[in-house]
Amino acid sequence: MRKIVLFLVMSTVIVTLIYSCQDAEQLEYQTYYSNGQTLYQTYCQNCHGEKGEGLGLLTPPLTDSLFLKNNRTVLACIIKNGATTPVTVHGKTYEEKMPAFPKLADIDIAQIIVYVTNSFGNKMGMYPYADINKDLKSCATR
Amino acid sequence: MNKLCQSIRFVAPFLLAICCIACSNDKKLPFYGQREARITKAADGTEKVDTVYQTIPPFRLLNQDSIYITQDAFKNKIYVADFFFTSCSTICPTMHRNLKTIFDAYKNNPDVMFLSHTIDFKYDKPSVLKKYGQKLGVDGPKWQFVYGTKEEIYHIAEHDYLVAVQEDQSAKDGYIHQGWLVLVDKHKRMRGAYDGTKSDQVAQLQKDIAILLKEEN
Ligand code: HEC
Repeated sequence: MRKIVLFLVMSTVIVTLIYSCQDAEQLEYQTYYSNGQTLYQTYCQNCHGEKGEGLGLLTPPLTDSLFLKNNRTVLACIIKNGATTPVTVHGKTYEEKMPAFPKLADIDIAQIIVYVTNSFGNKMGMYPYADINKDLKSCATR
Repeated sequence: MNKLCQSIRFVAPFLLAICCIACSNDKKLPFYGQREARITKAADGTEKVDTVYQTIPPFRLLNQDSIYITQDAFKNKIYVADFFFTSCSTICPTMHRNLKTIFDAYKNNPDVMFLSHTIDFKYDKPSVLKKYGQKLGVDGPKWQFVYGTKEEIYHIAEHDYLVAVQEDQSAKDGYIHQGWLVLVDKHKRMRGAYDGTKSDQVAQLQKDIAILLKEEN
């Protein structure tokens, strides 16, 4: 009998722990996403559009999930330092310059990445703050 | 008497409806800029007061095909004018995304044209404007992009279209300017100015173009 009670108590504790963990993760994701949306509207929407549709052949759309997936680790660099080398998105080549955003804090960039990679038909999940340092370090060598 | 009342009651809604239709047909866009009263004498000696509105004076500017264009290009057309530059990374992309929706809506109407002046006299040579128009997806004579000296363009902006433009080293891209889309009628008079960065004002511009087209036909 005591064993059963102990088991029940323990499992409740564990389940609660898992749940609250998930809640915290979920909460963090949601915070990133909604802050990211505001930042996107301020800094990116003029060129990339409200729905990530881009603008003619001047600005590429952000709807190419495969491109974003393949370039996940360079997204931070693109945002921080801008981009000048031509990119191919949805089979079309874009060669205009994207401006740098050197004033954006690392946390802002992480939040923008979460928003972009989980909107416009993309579904890549969380981009943790821990990744940004690593990703930004490898920019310079590219 | 009772009968009269009844028939009035019956007719009144129709009268009201006719009134409303007449009024909405009468809707006229305002005139922008300065105006003056001019007194003209008719043949029989009576005097008449006419209002003369500000008009866009003649110009001669290089377009995206490196050809000089003048007001002849806009003869009997209404057009939307604005000021921008190709390397502008702030308001211009929004302005031109919005203006392009109007361009697309009037694609097949030869009476509507577009005229974008670059304020970047250093970099935006006609070949740069050509490329920009092509990439925006509006290549062709309907949307003219024009280049001029700083003096020419800045004078046109401030005195003719009443849009503030300025070179400013401290601004993000080196220039600051207002994002007005100015609606000009077939008699070169300004009939509206809309903030090209706000989608509700651009929607209003689209409605006003329809009104202006009706007014002058
Ligand atoms: C002035 C216009 C402009 C602004 C503002 C801008 N971009 Fe870009 N962006 C571009 C252009 C042009 C390219 C293509 C660059 C190239 O060819 O190297 C691009 C490329 C990209 C790419 C890679 C290609 C793609 O479509 O997936 C991403 C991701 C991106 N931008 C995200 C952003 C984010 C996030 C912001 C806001 C912080 C932003 N951009 C702000 C113009 C802009």
